Amino acid sequence: MNPGGHAPGLSRAARIGWTRTAVVVGLVLLLELLCRTHVIKPLTMIPPSVMAVELGRLIAAGEITDDILQTASEVGTAFAVSVLAGFALGALVQALPRVRRAIDPLLASWYAVPFFVFYPLLVALFGMNVLPLIAIGVVFATPAMMLSTIAGLDRVPRVLRKLARVHRMSPLQEVALITLPSAAPHLFTGLKLSFAYAFIGVIAGEFILSGGGLGYGIAYAYESFENRKMYALMLLVLLVAIGVNGALHVWEARLARRRGHA
Amino acid sequence: MSSNAEADSLAHATLRAVTRTYPGARPVHALGPIDVDIARGEFFSVVGPSGCGKSTLLDVLAGLSAPTTGHVTFESKPVAGQVPDGVGVVFQEDASFPWLTVHDNVAFGLRRAGMEAAETARRVDYAIGFMGLRDFAHAYPAQLSGGMRQRVCIARTLVLQPRLILLDEPFGALDQQTRLLMGDELLRLWRETGASVLLITHALDEAAMLSDRVGVMSARPGVFIDLVTTGWARERDSRIVSDPGFGVVTARLWSSLRAESMKAIGREA
Amino acid sequence: MKKLTDSLVILAVVLAIWQGLYAYAGDVAITSPLRTFAFAGELLTHAPFWGHAAATLLAFAYALAISAAAGIALGLLLGLRRFAGDVAEPMLASLYTIPKVTLYPVMLLVFGLGMSAKVAFGVIHGMIPVILFTLAAVKNIPPVLLRTARALHLRPVQTAVTVLAPAVMPEIVTGLRVGFALTLLGVLIGEMFASQRGLGFLIINGINSHDVRMTTAVAVIVVVFAVFANGAMLALDRRVHHAGNRAAGN
Repeated sequence: MNPGGHAPGLSRAARIGWTRTAVVVGLVLLLELLCRTHVIKPLTMIPPSVMAVELGRLIAAGEITDDILQTASEVGTAFAVSVLAGFALGALVQALPRVRRAIDPLLASWYAVPFFVFYPLLVALFGMNVLPLIAIGVVFATPAMMLSTIAGLDRVPRVLRKLARVHRMSPLQEVALITLPSAAPHLFTGLKLSFAYAFIGVIAGEFILSGGGLGYGIAYAYESFENRKMYALMLLVLLVAIGVNGALHVWEARLARRRGHA
Repeated sequence: MSSNAEADSLAHATLRAVTRTYPGARPVHALGPIDVDIARGEFFSVVGPSGCGKSTLLDVLAGLSAPTTGHVTFESKPVAGQVPDGVGVVFQEDASFPWLTVHDNVAFGLRRAGMEAAETARRVDYAIGFMGLRDFAHAYPAQLSGGMRQRVCIARTLVLQPRLILLDEPFGALDQQTRLLMGDELLRLWRETGASVLLITHALDEAAMLSDRVGVMSARPGVFIDLVTTGWARERDSRIVSDPGFGVVTARLWSSLRAESMKAIGREA
Repeated sequence: MKKLTDSLVILAVVLAIWQGLYAYAGDVAITSPLRTFAFAGELLTHAPFWGHAAATLLAFAYALAISAAAGIALGLLLGLRRFAGDVAEPMLASLYTIPKVTLYPVMLLVFGLGMSAKVAFGVIHGMIPVILFTLAAVKNIPPVLLRTARALHLRPVQTAVTVLAPAVMPEIVTGLRVGFALTLLGVLIGEMFASQRGLGFLIINGINSHDVRMTTAVAVIVVVFAVFANGAMLALDRRVHHAGNRAAGN
């Protein structure tokens, strides 16, 4: 543990926060410097400030609105479907121990499979539209929600289930008043992971399959040597990923603290 | 048989020829046969070696578990399949809901029963005050110590105004000093509510100081090998340890229990 | 016995779905299981395939070595220096959620085409989980273990080898297992964009020239390899965890 600190009266959490901010700002400034002084060649990378300006311009000019909407709707759909399917399947599997044991190796290996190999299959099945992209997002994100659901349901303390009988609750009441609230932190983690995976799956799919959206925008800009646009879009994707996941993480931490798990 | 029927109607709860065998490839005869009455307003403790079936006894009496043979009654009505109205249970593990504040935890049963808000508020306020939780009414269980969380569970049971309170080693996870103080609170609760109390405990001193009667169980399958009447006055607290009678009771409990405890360990070793 | 039957049932279900997809979508989308296995057999018994496989495995070996070494080293460092670890952990978690695809153009611009790009792809995919798992393992060492080491008058090196290393080993193995799969994924994707050799290249080439048979067969070979490798590492993972539990719980 670090003894003391430079700023007396500043809590450790605050110091960590400020240090992190300083590191991020420092890295961005360093990148800016390296690009401006051409240590990093302009053909390789443009300064972060130029990226930001270009992004602002693209948004203001409405040039990427369609792409943003397309990606957002794909991610949103994939997220919603995988959360619902993941929860339902997870609850089902958790309740059937034999099925669970049989499926376990499958789930454990799920993320070892390079899913992009199925892209052409999905295109052939669904056509050259948004469905293959949503499908990839769902395939990526559902197991994460399943695993989190199973973990949450596993961890409902047995004594609380006994309590449900003491209070003479019906099965439905038990699920609503005891099982779900007890499993809530794990379910929320599943939500957070599902979003991250749906986002990654959709963007990766757009990049590889050329169907529109931000991922495709990046690939197209790269191939057309439009560096500014390419980096602007990358910045956007970066900011959205960090922003949404960061927000969900903070919320998750707050819930955990209330339960004494922090 | 008629004298039994009379006895049944006086007793608050009865167990007659109750056994409990857990089914399976090798069935486990966990409990019984048990024959015991709990009188109205009595404080009855059960002690015994580990694995003797004390918790099973509580489960059967509460209706959480069905006896394999025999029958159970509460207020002259048979107990089967579900927990009867008027019976409250406090478990050894922390059963407070981590997602509710202390206040909402205590109000839980009342709100579910559809009690109207003013009466709920009144009862919850009383129970929280009674259990010394007023300063923590809006805290979450995670912010409280183990003893306080157990008080939340007791308060939650208290508001439902149970006529029979079953406690399964409620203070098992607490240190000795806290246990003694919680014992005093339990006695206060008992006197205030006029309920009958069944306390399962492995601590002989606790059973000796709190109870009107103590049942000593044998090693598995548990049957009662001794029933000790303490004869304490109703107005008592933990300072009863200085009464010479306390030593006598504890000594008698241990002399009955020692051989059984050794059997239980010998079986496990 | 039941476990084996259940696994076979799952396998049968997968094959059935595969056959069903083939029946529905036809040869333009996917090759039937039978033809795929036949063609895969052909590939595996002829030299050209192994040339590509070797290229992939070489890149994969480099990437895995870097991910593992750098990942464990950084993870240990950040775990031991608690303040740095607390600062870095959310940042690493954020990096994990960024779609790495979006970094591919940068990688290509920095590393050019060829082996170093492939290895770089593999590393950016696989290193972060190794760091995160190692970090968590070190953070979660029960303090009582360290106090015990001091009470037993162990010297620092002895403590590190006999107490710390076994204590963190299970979680590090889990991190390596996850890192293994992701590094492989990264290398394959790198081959798709940055190379004329390797299994990833075979797949993307097959896609572009509509050689469905080739794509399906190579994909299946890769998937089978990935699943078996993961399965082996999972078995190792479980053994290490049980051994750890036995040692720690007594």
